[in-house]
Amino acid sequence: MISHFHDVIVQTVCRLLIPFIQVYGLYVIAHGHSSPGGGFQGGVILGASFILLCLSHDIQEMKKRFSQGAVLLYCSLGVIIYSGIGIACLFLGGKYLDYGKLHQILPVDPVRARSMGIFGIEVGVGITVMAVMVSIFLDLASEEKE
Amino acid sequence: MKLIGLIAVCLMGGLLIYGTADMPDWGDPQSPASLHVSPRYIEKTVEETAVPNMVTSVLADYRGYDTLGETTVIFTAGIACLLLIRRFGK
Amino acid sequence: MEFIVGKYNYWIYICLMMIGFYAMIGKKNLVKKLIGMNIFQTSIILYFISTGSKKGATIPIVEHGANAIQAGQYINPLPHVLMLTAIVVMVSTFGVALALLLMIYRRYHTLEEDEILRQRR
Repeated sequence: MISHFHDVIVQTVCRLLIPFIQVYGLYVIAHGHSSPGGGFQGGVILGASFILLCLSHDIQEMKKRFSQGAVLLYCSLGVIIYSGIGIACLFLGGKYLDYGKLHQILPVDPVRARSMGIFGIEVGVGITVMAVMVSIFLDLASEEKE
Repeated sequence: MKLIGLIAVCLMGGLLIYGTADMPDWGDPQSPASLHVSPRYIEKTVEETAVPNMVTSVLADYRGYDTLGETTVIFTAGIACLLLIRRFGK
Repeated sequence: MEFIVGKYNYWIYICLMMIGFYAMIGKKNLVKKLIGMNIFQTSIILYFISTGSKKGATIPIVEHGANAIQAGQYINPLPHVLMLTAIVVMVSTFGVALALLLMIYRRYHTLEEDEILRQRR
């Protein structure tokens, strides 16, 4: 359904821009604490960079770098990170997703442990959102012979 | 068919606009949405979570369970698309 | 006059909602119905966020080096949080709906509602 795009200008510009878009996506995830952003927004930007690679080059170029099996793995990895942090808080004596109890394994006081717990789950959410964006796009855009 | 649809849409729009007479004004600081638990989130976010961004601290700490449900929703949507479109086996 | 100044944001969002609603029920192409659903959901999100604003307040991020935090200085963060969830649900339903449209096209070779109903009879 999406075929090879033959224009040199578009391909060169996209190839130069995509690493910067990915760095910006990681910046938005990491600075969710003190500027607008967070897991969902950064995950969508990261997913959009992969979709730009699909649109400007061939889909096979993207599948060489990020195969469909790896996409499925990253989908589940984000949810595992999120639930894993919650279950770790359960084992350390608190309630589910009670990040204050993480100060027993991290070398900080309980208030900063909550801040680090928030960062951990934002990373998980960002990974899942990125992988699901790419997965939905690959499913809708792959050519299927009847 | 389109005429019936247009009449229904105008009727519903009129009813909704009539219903906005009871709603709080735009920018009212005493509206009920800003009064009960929201001032506590605004005032205590830096002291309890050391995160200046109130939206992130409410989303990921005070309402973290809802965010887990939401992550599950988007994961399920990805799996549903996959199951609908891909053909497995021969 | 006070009435109009205080409520006109709700009226604009209701107009947007009605445009999306008319697209959902009045158009025959399935993709146009889907776009109508998207407009409808977007107007709901805008409506909710407008209920959280306060006069003269700033964005819900605590300023650098602020000592006393008053609730009247920052806008209400709760609608923003709830609408993040709503946006994600919007994207999810849109993705699954597009996948369903793809399967409908493979089966009936058309995306017009009346032709599909005619083929099913």
